[in-house]
Amino acid sequence: MSDVTGTELRIVGFLCNWCSYGGADTAGVGRFQQPTDLRIIRVPCSGRIDPLFVLKSLVNGADGVLVSGCHPRDCHYSEGNFYARRRLEVLKRFLPILGIDERRFEYTWVSASEGQKWKTVVSSFTERIHELGPAPVLNPALIKQAEAIL
Amino acid sequence: MKIGVFVCHCGSNIAGTVDVATVAEQARNLPNVAFASDTLYACSEPGQDGIINAIKEHKLDGVVVASCTPRMHEATFRKTVERAGLNRYMFEMANIREHVSWIGKDVEANTRKAIDLVAMAAAKLTHDQELTPKSFSINKRVLVVGGGVAGIQAALDCADGGLEVILVEKTSSIGGKMAKLDKTFPTVDCSSCILGPKMVDVAQHPNITLHTSAEISDIKGYVGNFTVSINRKATYVDNQACTGCGLCMEKCPSKKSTDYFNEGIGTTTAINIPFPQAIPKKAVIDPEFCMKLTKGKCGVCEKVCPTSAIRFEQQNETIEEPVGAIIAATGYDLFDFTRYGEYGGGRYPDVITSMQYERLLSASGPTGGHIKRPSDGKEPKDVVFIQCVGSRDKSVGRPYCSGFCCMYTAKQAILTKDHMPESQSYVFYMDIRAPGKLYDEFTRRAMEEYDTKYIRGRVAMIYPKGDKYIVRGADTLMGAQVEIEADLVVLAVGAEAAKGAPQLAEKLRISYDNYGFYMESHPKLRPVETNTAGVYLAGACQGPKDIPSSVGQGSAAASKVMSLFSKDMLESDPQVSAVDIKRCVGCGKCIQTCPFGAINEMDFRGMVKADVIETICQGCGICTSTCPQGAIQLQHFTDNQILAEVNAICQMSPVQNYE
Ligand SMILES: Cc1cc2nc3c(=O)[nH]c(=O)nc-3n(C[C@H](O)[C@H](O)[C@H](O)COP(=O)(O)OP(=O)(O)OC[C@H]3O[C@@H](n4cnc5c(N)ncnc54)[C@H](O)[C@@H]3O)c2cc1C
Ligand code: SF4
Ligand code: SF4
Repeated sequence: MSDVTGTELRIVGFLCNWCSYGGADTAGVGRFQQPTDLRIIRVPCSGRIDPLFVLKSLVNGADGVLVSGCHPRDCHYSEGNFYARRRLEVLKRFLPILGIDERRFEYTWVSASEGQKWKTVVSSFTERIHELGPAPVLNPALIKQAEAIL
Repeated sequence: MKIGVFVCHCGSNIAGTVDVATVAEQARNLPNVAFASDTLYACSEPGQDGIINAIKEHKLDGVVVASCTPRMHEATFRKTVERAGLNRYMFEMANIREHVSWIGKDVEANTRKAIDLVAMAAAKLTHDQELTPKSFSINKRVLVVGGGVAGIQAALDCADGGLEVILVEKTSSIGGKMAKLDKTFPTVDCSSCILGPKMVDVAQHPNITLHTSAEISDIKGYVGNFTVSINRKATYVDNQACTGCGLCMEKCPSKKSTDYFNEGIGTTTAINIPFPQAIPKKAVIDPEFCMKLTKGKCGVCEKVCPTSAIRFEQQNETIEEPVGAIIAATGYDLFDFTRYGEYGGGRYPDVITSMQYERLLSASGPTGGHIKRPSDGKEPKDVVFIQCVGSRDKSVGRPYCSGFCCMYTAKQAILTKDHMPESQSYVFYMDIRAPGKLYDEFTRRAMEEYDTKYIRGRVAMIYPKGDKYIVRGADTLMGAQVEIEADLVVLAVGAEAAKGAPQLAEKLRISYDNYGFYMESHPKLRPVETNTAGVYLAGACQGPKDIPSSVGQGSAAASKVMSLFSKDMLESDPQVSAVDIKRCVGCGKCIQTCPFGAINEMDFRGMVKADVIETICQGCGICTSTCPQGAIQLQHFTDNQILAEVNAICQMSPVQNYE
C-alpha cells in the first residue's frame, strides 16, 4: 500500500542484529541523512530470515524488501549468512514466477562499522523502488498460489 | 493484553525532528494499547519511575519504549519492567533515534515513520511470551591469546586475582613488540628493564600455563564454557629438558637463518633462543634453515646438548583447554614499507624501518647498541626520519593515524643524539600528535633540547648520491622544496592489524573493522568488551595503542573477566529455540543446519524428535527458518512475532490522518 501523497513508499528491511542493524545504528550516530521509506525489522541473524517473510511482505503490499546481514565469513553465528545467501538467492529467482519484479527485493552485506555504506545501500535501494513506483496489484490467482505455500 | 507506550524525547535528539506528542497520541489508537505518553528521558531515573508507575497504575502487561537503539538500552528497560513485576521479555523497543530522528530532517515523514515503528513493536509485543533464563555453572579459567605487553598484563592480573590462566603466544617467546624496543617514551626508560620482570612473573606464576609457538585452531562453546583447541608447533626441542644454556647456538653451523627478533638485521643460527631475556628461555629450531631437517645431515646440536633435549622427530600437537572467558591481545603488525617505491622500499640498504632502528639502538641488539649503517657499518651523521609511512594515507588503504609514531620518532631522534652527539636529525612530519601525559613536552624536548629539525611536509622521493641519499620533500610551512643529504633514513612505519587477525576473529565470533582491528562492543562505554559474551579485547588488536593504553586495557579486560567470574552461576539467555513436539516429524534438518551442535535427536515414545540443548543454543534461529514444519521456533523471534511486524508495516495506511 503506497503513500497517497506519492512521496513515500513501503519498504521493509530485515536486518541482522550484529552487523547490519549495527551498521544502520552507526549511520544514525554519524547523522548520515537517508530517505525515510524504510522500516527495519531486527532479527538475530540473516539466517533467521525465512524467504517466506520476504514473500509475505511483497504479497501484502510492500513496494520493496531489503535484507542485510554480516559479510560472509564474518557472521556472529559463524555461518548464518551462508544459509541466508543460498535461501535468498533462490528466492530472487523464484519471485518472477509469482509475477513479482525481482528488483523489488535485494540483499546486501553491511558490517557494523559501515555506516556510510548503509546510507548508500538504503538510498540507492529506495531510489530504485521509487523508479519502479508503487507495487502493482498482484494477480489474485498468483496470490492464492502464494498464500497456499505461505 | 494491555500495552503501555512511552515515547522518548531524548532531549532534543528525538524531539528535535519527531513530533513525539503526536506519536504518543497515535499510539493510543493502536490495538491493545492502554496507555501512551511521551517522556523527556526514558532511560533516566524519573523516566524509568514513570514507566514503573504506569505499569502499576494501568495494570499493563507489556511495554513499548520508543527511543534509541535496543543495542544501547534494551537491557536497561528490561530491568525496569522487571522491577515493576513484569517479565523482562514483555518489552519491545522502537528505534526512533538512530533509525529516524538522526537520519532525516523532515518532521512529518519522521513522525509517520516513528508511528509505524511503534505499531510494529506493539504488534510484536502482543505475541511475546514470558521467558525465564536458566542458570548454568562456569569454568573459571581464562584464555589469553597473544603474549605482548597487553596480554602479559591481562594474564598477570587474572592470575593474581586467583584465576587459572592459559596464555597462548604464536612466537617462541612472549614480550611482543615491546621486547624489541630499546627505550620507551616519554620517560626514556629501558624497555626490557620494565618488561623483563613482568615476563619472568608470567613464567613463575603458579596460576599461568604458557603455550608458546602455539596458535588457536578451534573454539567451541559459549561464555562460561568454551573449549579451545591449541595447536603447538614442533620446535624440535624438549622444553622440559632444555635449560637454555645456548651451547647449541654456539655450535650450530647453519648461521644464515632469518633473525626475526632483530627484524632481519643480521642473521641467527638455525637453532636459537631469540633473545637473551626470552620467556620461556628455550631453544627452538627453525626448520627452514636446519640442515638436519632439510637435508638429513648435521645434528650437531643433538651431539652438544648437555641435557639431550633435541627432538628432531617432534610433531605438531593439539591441546584442548576448557575455559570460561577469552581475552584477545594479539597486537598489531607493521606496515610493509616496500609499498612506497619512491622511498626506495627494500632497494636501498640504508633506508630502514623504525623497528629496525630500535634494534640498532638496543644494547642487546645485533650491533651492541652502536648505530651502524647496514650497508657499510659506518656511523651515520645525518639521520632523516619520515613519519606517517603507511599511516594517514588513503592511497595505501591506511587512512587512520597509527597513534604512536610521532612519539617514537621523537624518542628515536633524542636517542640518536644521545648515542652520537655530533649527529643531526631531521623529521618530516604531517602533524605532531602527542596527546598523552607528558607527551607534548617530550616532542618539544626533541626539538628544543636535542636540536632535531622538524620539517612539516611529505617526502616525495629518496635517491642515492654517492654513499649518501638525497631526501627530497616539501616544507609546507616555508612553502619551499627541501633536499637533505642523509646517511641513514628511518621510516616511521604505521600499525596495521596483526596477520591472521580476521581468521582468529571468525573463530572467536567477534567482528573486526575495515582494517582488521577488532571491534569493541561500544566505542565509548564498552571499550574492552566484544559483542560475543565472554570475549574481551586488550591492547593494539583493537586499534593502534601505545604501551600505557595497552597495559591499561589489559588490566581492564582482566577486571571484566573477574567480575564475570565473581558469580558461580551464569544466567543463560532464554531467547533460544524450542521444539513443538507435536509438529516435529524428526526429519533432522535442524540438527544438520545448527552451527553449534545445539540440537540432538531424542526418543519420544518411540518416535524421533528434535531436542534443543539450551545452554549451547546461541539463538541464531537458522533452524527455525530451516524446519519445514515450523516445529522449532526461536523464542522471542518466532515466525508469528516477525510476521506481526511485517503485517504492521504492510497493512497500515502509510499516511495516518493524525491531524
Ligand atoms: C618502532 C616502535 C617504537 C615504539 N616505541 C614505543 C614507546 O617508546 N612507548 C610506547 O608506549 N609504545 C611504543 N610503541 C608501541 C608499542 O609497540 C605498542 O604499544 C605495544 O607493543 C602494544 O602491545 P600489544 O601487547 O597490544 O601488542 P604486541 O606487542 O603486538 O603483542 C602482540 C602479541 O601477540 C602475538 N600474537 C599475534 N597474533 C597471535 C595469534 N593469532 N595467536 C597467538 N599470538 C599472537 C604476537 O606474536 C605478539 O607477541 C612503539 C612501536 C614501534 C613500532
Ligand atoms: S527440522 Fe523441524 S521437523 Fe525436522 S527435526 Fe528439526 S524441529 Fe523436527
Ligand atoms: S537457534 Fe537453532 S540453529 Fe541457532 S544455535 Fe539455536 S538451535 Fe542451533
